[in-house]
Amino acid sequence: MSLSGTLAPPVSKFDHAQGHANAPVTLVEYGDYQCPYCGAAYPVVKRLQHALGNRLRFVFRNFPLTQAHPYAMVAAEAAEAAALQGKFWEMHDLIYENQPDLAPDVLLAWAEEVGLDLKEFGTAIKQGEVTKRIKEDRMSGIRSGVNGTPCFFINGTRYDGPAENDSLRTALEEQLSKEEL
Amino acid sequence: MTSLKAGTLAPNFSLPSTPDQKVSLSELRGKSVVLVFYPADWSPVCSDQLGLYNELRPEFSEFEAQIIGISVDGIWCHLAFAKDRKLHTPLLADFEPKGAVARLYGVYNEKSGEAERALFVIDPGGVIRWSYVSPVGINPGADGILRALASMAEHKNSRTAQEVTPFPSQEKA
Repeated sequence: MSLSGTLAPPVSKFDHAQGHANAPVTLVEYGDYQCPYCGAAYPVVKRLQHALGNRLRFVFRNFPLTQAHPYAMVAAEAAEAAALQGKFWEMHDLIYENQPDLAPDVLLAWAEEVGLDLKEFGTAIKQGEVTKRIKEDRMSGIRSGVNGTPCFFINGTRYDGPAENDSLRTALEEQLSKEEL
Repeated sequence: MTSLKAGTLAPNFSLPSTPDQKVSLSELRGKSVVLVFYPADWSPVCSDQLGLYNELRPEFSEFEAQIIGISVDGIWCHLAFAKDRKLHTPLLADFEPKGAVARLYGVYNEKSGEAERALFVIDPGGVIRWSYVSPVGINPGADGILRALASMAEHKNSRTAQEVTPFPSQEKA
């Protein structure tokens, strides 16, 4: 097959990750903050993390679909700017938990809620470093065979099933049993 | 039916893109072309796939590649679909005789009466450089297309370098 659907580059210390670095299974999501399917996948991932505990590492990479979702890019910038203050997951979670209210002018209020230094936050967004990272994430997604959002990779291989708890759980458990052999 | 493979000259065709306009492959000589055959407008996977390519126009435009969608749907169907999904890539109607162009490329599915989900990357000289037929239910993404375009760009650069070196004076002009 010429289309591999293989994660490139592999997960590294530069990624936003939750869970143990040496967990037997890593789930990578390429997501868009305004995409309703990613919004629906958010609690699914939380549930999987809860169920699998230390055996699962979760990584989030940006894949904003800017034509379809006008706020996807500003939301991604806000999360990346929060990451510079060590609060990526707080911002990531807050955005998905309030996805229907997402708009450029609420992001500042959310940044405050998360406890960010707002001046630093504003500067980080203006300087464009965060945008560069988001574009790199997107390009890595394209090269890895991302075909829509959310797009999941399990230990580096694209998962083509539905973004639902049962089928993702089954796929992760299968990978776990392979790793534990 | 076997799809046309890399190294084959891409067969020319002329198909309507709007009720009063046609697009011919031969008009696009000198440009890289990506032909995206897909089964049908409106079906979920096709729309995700075309939506993705629509999103990735900035990445494709770096290679000056023209993306073209082709299905057996009629032109009015294409227009409504493109408007609804805000697609900016031309969609050609392989409608009459039905699937003739898909047949030319070896990607017509007789059973379903639709095109397969197939990709062809054609170089500026009109030669197919990469092709791929995806399982109908799976959106193939864009990595294969971009890899093909990148390798064509690399070849072109190395060729240009060879052509330029013997005539350094040309650069001054």
